Amino acid sequence: MNRYPLWVYVTVAVAVVLGLVYTLPNFFGESPAVQISSSRATLKVDTATLGRVEDTLKQAGLPYTGIHLDQVGVKVRLADTDTQLKAKDILDQALNPDPQNRSYTVALNLLSASPNWLTAIRALPMYLGLDLRGGVHFLLQVDMKGALTKRLDALTGDIRTALRDKSIRHSGVTREGMTIVVRFRDPEMREKARRAIADALPDLAVVDAGDAVEPRLNATIRPEAEKRIQESALKQNIGTLNKRVNELGVAEPVIQQQGADRIVVQLPGVQDTARAKEILGRTATLEIRMVDEESSRNPQVLFDAQKGQVPFGDEFYVERQGSPILVKKQVVLTGDRLTDAQAGFDSQTQEPAVHLTLDATGARIFRDITRENVGNRMAILLFEKGKGEVITAPVIRSEIGGGRVQISGGRMSTTEANDIALLLRSGSLAAPMEIVEERTVGPSLGRENIEKGFNSTLWGFIAIMVFMIVYYSVFGLFSSIALAVNLLFLIALLSLLQATLTLPGIAAIALTLGMAIDANVLINERVREELRGGATPQAAIHAGYERAFGTIVDSNVTTLIAGLALLIFGSGPVRGFAVVHCLGILTSLFSAVVVSRSMVNLFYGTRRRLDRIAIGNTSWK
Amino acid sequence: MEFFKIRRDIPFMRYALIFNIISLVTFLAAVFFLWQRGLNFSIEFTGGTVMEVSYTQPAEVDRIRQTLEKAGFADPQVQNFGTSRDVLIRLPAKSGQSSADLSREVIEKLKADNAAAELRRVEFVGPQVGRELAENGALALLVTALGIVAYLALRFEWKFGVAAILANLHDVVIILGFFAFFQWEFTTSCRLAVLAVLGYSVNESVVIADRIRENFRKMRKQPITEIIDNAITRTMSRTIITHGSTQAVVLSMLIFGGPALHYFAVALTIGICFGIYSSVLVMAPLVMWLGVRREDLVRPVKDRKQEAVV
Repeated sequence: MNRYPLWVYVTVAVAVVLGLVYTLPNFFGESPAVQISSSRATLKVDTATLGRVEDTLKQAGLPYTGIHLDQVGVKVRLADTDTQLKAKDILDQALNPDPQNRSYTVALNLLSASPNWLTAIRALPMYLGLDLRGGVHFLLQVDMKGALTKRLDALTGDIRTALRDKSIRHSGVTREGMTIVVRFRDPEMREKARRAIADALPDLAVVDAGDAVEPRLNATIRPEAEKRIQESALKQNIGTLNKRVNELGVAEPVIQQQGADRIVVQLPGVQDTARAKEILGRTATLEIRMVDEESSRNPQVLFDAQKGQVPFGDEFYVERQGSPILVKKQVVLTGDRLTDAQAGFDSQTQEPAVHLTLDATGARIFRDITRENVGNRMAILLFEKGKGEVITAPVIRSEIGGGRVQISGGRMSTTEANDIALLLRSGSLAAPMEIVEERTVGPSLGRENIEKGFNSTLWGFIAIMVFMIVYYSVFGLFSSIALAVNLLFLIALLSLLQATLTLPGIAAIALTLGMAIDANVLINERVREELRGGATPQAAIHAGYERAFGTIVDSNVTTLIAGLALLIFGSGPVRGFAVVHCLGILTSLFSAVVVSRSMVNLFYGTRRRLDRIAIGNTSWK
Repeated sequence: MEFFKIRRDIPFMRYALIFNIISLVTFLAAVFFLWQRGLNFSIEFTGGTVMEVSYTQPAEVDRIRQTLEKAGFADPQVQNFGTSRDVLIRLPAKSGQSSADLSREVIEKLKADNAAAELRRVEFVGPQVGRELAENGALALLVTALGIVAYLALRFEWKFGVAAILANLHDVVIILGFFAFFQWEFTTSCRLAVLAVLGYSVNESVVIADRIRENFRKMRKQPITEIIDNAITRTMSRTIITHGSTQAVVLSMLIFGGPALHYFAVALTIGICFGIYSSVLVMAPLVMWLGVRREDLVRPVKDRKQEAVV
């Protein structure tokens, strides 16, 4: 009665072997490596790049232990961290001759040191979370209202253009909160304008407002368009962050959407967290607007503006040199129209400058606006964290075509020019963002966390094993082996799924072990009870396993419910815990029942005559 | 080896009322401390910044605090963390200040004071995120509780579901009560521990409920109290050994896990201790008070085949 058909033994054996194979990579550790990937969409890392990397390293006389090309890029394995740092610097210089304009991202990385045949069957070590390997984690909140306001500002300009194209006269287009208000002199024009706007800008819902004397149109963004704008704002921000992270040179960055309006950024192994935060956190956008010359020349108006009485349609700024200036709210151009930004020097004054290149539309707008405004001043504003700053407000001397613009003056330093260029180049953010959560873990702390987690699990496991063997003798040994197999399955599964292991995850492994032994205790206690009740050893084993099974399933399902709830409502480290917990429950069902039973069956089930079994003392009645 | 040579059933149910009164008193005490002192929520829930800074020599906590106060940081909490060389600095959330600047400023000030200061960890949580975390935690607890009741009602009978969840939520409240009484820091890992305990001690209740059901089938003549007494007595050795094993792991975490896992392990320890008590001595009497009957569990003949396997 205690015999399994052959296929069960085979299944168990295969499962254990697979478990061993997929757990194996975790024991090889990691070796230092340098990773070269493309930082431009148009540039592919291929075998030619591989050859270049090899040549560069050979020329520099740096030995490497392995080199290969995969989807991410070229990965060079190095013997130690010293050579790794050297190799990174040399490759960076060789591949990116112009540090202002990097084509390749050269980053430090760690590669699994497991043999190639393991990697070939996708047996990879577990992915370590930031709390174990060190690095930075940011949660960024995207200001969706900001995205909409920005879009509304752009639409305000579009309405003006649409009305001008159709020669419809109006007496002002302004944004008031989340509504664009268009004023007219007579209702007839309003009627025409409404049709024109509806044709040109389908994103807007337009309704009549005001009265016969002061007719107005109120335009708002349609809800579906609103949703689309928000989604694309989030996407654009993620794209921008990707570019910025590439500039930082991080090996395996994670940039993901979380929920409707949040972005998670994880930069494993980043040491210089201050710089990472600065680059990521900066939300610089460029705006070009016209200076309100009339008001800016009037000292009385300027004086009032300084006190808060800003003329309608203007905004008050102080130029870098300290002189006050009134800038129109209407935006001529935004950073979206930029194709490139480079730091350099003014050819005449040798002052640091930023050279901008505009796209076709931008270039046309810029040409038109400069032609119409010769003699007037144009303000170039940089917005950071919602605060604008007039970098420079030069006088337009002639029409500027070709889309090449230079920003200089305002006592800009070389570093500043570099930073501005970098920020503008890495794209503007569609909506402002704010860091709402940050976690930085130093690498030494990560190592300690691994050690602590490992020790907790190890000693807990040893304690259970010793107790089980002393208390239940041979059955205890079987239970302990089943528990070890459970651990093996769990780690193999985690490696196979490439789940992220965190410190709470390790705690969950330890806890799962402590709880999984419950199934074997239940079984062993049942077998003992049956023996005491007078059953023969074979019958006792059979009844013990059968009776305990229902209980084991019930109790595990309830634990699983708690685990699933954590998985659904948790985030970050909580998830890591929940994943391990849930998987552990599932593997323990198999190992505690099937694996331990096959050992018992193999050992006892095959015997014809079985007088007693070693499960501890059952002689008392 | 055998610890539990209990020949006669222990008459637990004779003292059912006493057990229920004891647990009611502890429960009320826990609620009282929760209400009076509240939980000492960590930065993860309340929002703010935590920094772990390590020195080469034992850190002077007071001096660090003064340095920070002089530098204009409001209300900094500084304490040793793990070893005498590591300190944990907590700064409450302040509106209009980004975390990026804050942690950098703090470490600059500390480095200026003592060049050996090394930043080991920064954790910043905005108040919005913290609130969500607390809400999600409460939601997870609720869903878990409902899920467990539903499963037990399906598998056994609603009386078991209700009794089990009452017993185990009472564990949860008592764990929280401990945290409130001692003003231990309640972190996200404590929240994990609380939910793990909830799943875990229901485990215990299931084992006993299972035995009660079996006994209803086997012991047809005996009154309900004897059936429950027998179920508890027969599962007692398993109860102690299982919890002992889990506690061995938790103890190992308490010893080797360091400060990061400390309160997680503490919460689990309390949970395990009260888990035993509540499943055995709270859940069972509750089932009895709710008036469980043989007919509730031993279903008519048509189900017998299915039941026999259990």
